[in-house]
Amino acid sequence: MSSQRNLFDKVWEAHTVREFPDGQSQLFVGLHLIHEVTSPQAFAMLREMELPVRFPERTFATVDHIVPTDSQQRPLEDALGEEMMAALEANCREHGIKLFDPASGKQGIVHVIGPELGLTQPGMTVACGDSHTSTHGAFGAIAFGIGTSQVRDVLATQCLTLAKPRVRRIEIGGALGGGVYAKDVILHIIRRLGVKGGVGYAYEYAGPVIEAMSMEERLTVCNMSIEGGARVGYANPDERSIEYLRGRAFAPPPEGATFERAATWWRSLKSDADADFDDRVSFPGAEIEPTVTWGINPGQALGVNEALPLPADVPDEERSGFSEALSFMGFHAGEPILGAKIDVAFIGSCTNGRISDLREAAKVARTGQVAPGVRTLVVPGSQAVAREAEAEGLDEIFRSAGFEWREPGCSMCLAMNPDKLRGRELSASSSNRNFKGRQGSPTGRTLLMSPAMVAAAALRGRVTDVRELLG
Amino acid sequence: MSERIRRVEGRACVLRGNDIDTDRIIPARFLRCVTFDGLGAHAFEDDRKQAAAAVAAAGVKSDHPLDDPRFAGARLLVVGANFGCGSSREHAPQSLMRAGFRAFIGESFAEIFVGNCSALGLPCATLEPGDLAALMDALEGNPAQQVVLDIGHCTLRSSAGLHNCGLRDGVRAALLEGNWNATRVLLEAGPAIERTANALPYLANFARR
Repeated sequence: MSSQRNLFDKVWEAHTVREFPDGQSQLFVGLHLIHEVTSPQAFAMLREMELPVRFPERTFATVDHIVPTDSQQRPLEDALGEEMMAALEANCREHGIKLFDPASGKQGIVHVIGPELGLTQPGMTVACGDSHTSTHGAFGAIAFGIGTSQVRDVLATQCLTLAKPRVRRIEIGGALGGGVYAKDVILHIIRRLGVKGGVGYAYEYAGPVIEAMSMEERLTVCNMSIEGGARVGYANPDERSIEYLRGRAFAPPPEGATFERAATWWRSLKSDADADFDDRVSFPGAEIEPTVTWGINPGQALGVNEALPLPADVPDEERSGFSEALSFMGFHAGEPILGAKIDVAFIGSCTNGRISDLREAAKVARTGQVAPGVRTLVVPGSQAVAREAEAEGLDEIFRSAGFEWREPGCSMCLAMNPDKLRGRELSASSSNRNFKGRQGSPTGRTLLMSPAMVAAAALRGRVTDVRELLG
Repeated sequence: MSERIRRVEGRACVLRGNDIDTDRIIPARFLRCVTFDGLGAHAFEDDRKQAAAAVAAAGVKSDHPLDDPRFAGARLLVVGANFGCGSSREHAPQSLMRAGFRAFIGESFAEIFVGNCSALGLPCATLEPGDLAALMDALEGNPAQQVVLDIGHCTLRSSAGLHNCGLRDGVRAALLEGNWNATRVLLEAGPAIERTANALPYLANFARR
């Protein structure tokens, strides 16, 4: 047994059913998560092939993308949304799949509830018909997004055909400054390595900054791996991961030998000290500033006090994308991003809709009032997050500062429900994508940033360095 | 067994630009559905509407390539780098397939997009940047020409010449052998699937072995 293996190799090997002559592997999927958008067609294909679900107890479902955040009352006002929700309910019933619907009290964004319920554990392979499945890698799982035909494959066989990616270790050294969050770390990584820098790679996030992070912060970092092109991103499991899982509904029972045996296995999975990697990069944590995107992909980002690039600063092959982004956003080369006037502030999503995100945003929100004319949405990532926030009085802090407190779901991150930008509105968003049209208006514009930075922008009505408000 | 796909030939449409994401290919509002039927009409809908509006307003910009009559009936879509990035929605390749495309040629593709295309029997072939630039120019100069993507030989023939292209080995074999619908292939592993599952500590109550 080699002593130089990284976590990725260990987990991949344990889940390999067989290797194909062309070099691809048949990989067993330990945890399959489904939702209403990318599963109905997969169930229909299964029906057409007259196949059962092979491991119904390894698939879990929730509804998140289409649920309205003003009222989850059934039937949904949107008939198409209602049809999707009903299809998921019927499919889960027919195949014996556990569904966390709004009535269960456990509903939420699929990438928020997986960890929250203890479904996501170190050493698992996790697949879901959603590109942000990399989120679950925060526990040392190998988690990746798939399409609907692959959802069918997992339902029918609990397996996928995959080519093994290379592994790049990304080390963040030292410590982060005040007012700098996990979101800034991942935006910085994508800015430095590019939106396609991770294609063909799994990212291992490591180093003192990652080790010092809470599990929720690691979830934020792993969540956006796909925005850097990497289908998989993970952090090594440690005592923090183990303690997070203790007592969670689907984790091994908290007291007793099973949990200890699990913890022993989890610890054994982390990359060995002398493990090999296909590539390594490192950044000092101190160079990371509160970061804001200015363009139409998540790599087009700046420290909040920096100015937009000048054409001369942009490599030739990115020149046309640069002009396209400037013209779509209505920004000018060389101008500062600080002070850009916003119309909407959105706090939530699978990237930043967890309790710690709401706490950090609330710390800022309590220092003032939402600026006149700014529309705001605070959307907890799950019903459990909402309950916890309400128990702590965070909802009241937000409401009294003038923010709208909503029901859990994906909401305005991708605007499949009624939460949408209107016209050319400019939104400060704690979500993950600033693509053209992403937030529901074809001409709507998005600036990605941390939840605390969104709260600061909401209070000032302009892009603001959150450190000014934190004092 | 799925259909064996050895070559894709026909007209090719040029869609310039890098990092074209799947939200642009099929905006999220069209994901409110339980089948993929009808998605073909909505491929690139917002981009196309904006291009049409620009034409109407100024008359200076050209049509969106998907609405350019010179490219009508194209079976190949020629794109830039990192095409299909972002959301994993299979609705994106489904919409392009239903709009008539049977192959994508580009500098590079996002991984999940390639996986989705492969499951639909749609090759994503890569070209060296210089070859791609020559191909795009040649197609725009002579859009009526027939282009041939030969899966077996990994080549693309156009008036710009015969270029070698990249196709992932597994994908190429699956297309040639008609194995691109993976479910049947995966099922062939039989009890090896359960054997792998049973050896996983977390599926065996972390029992000591």
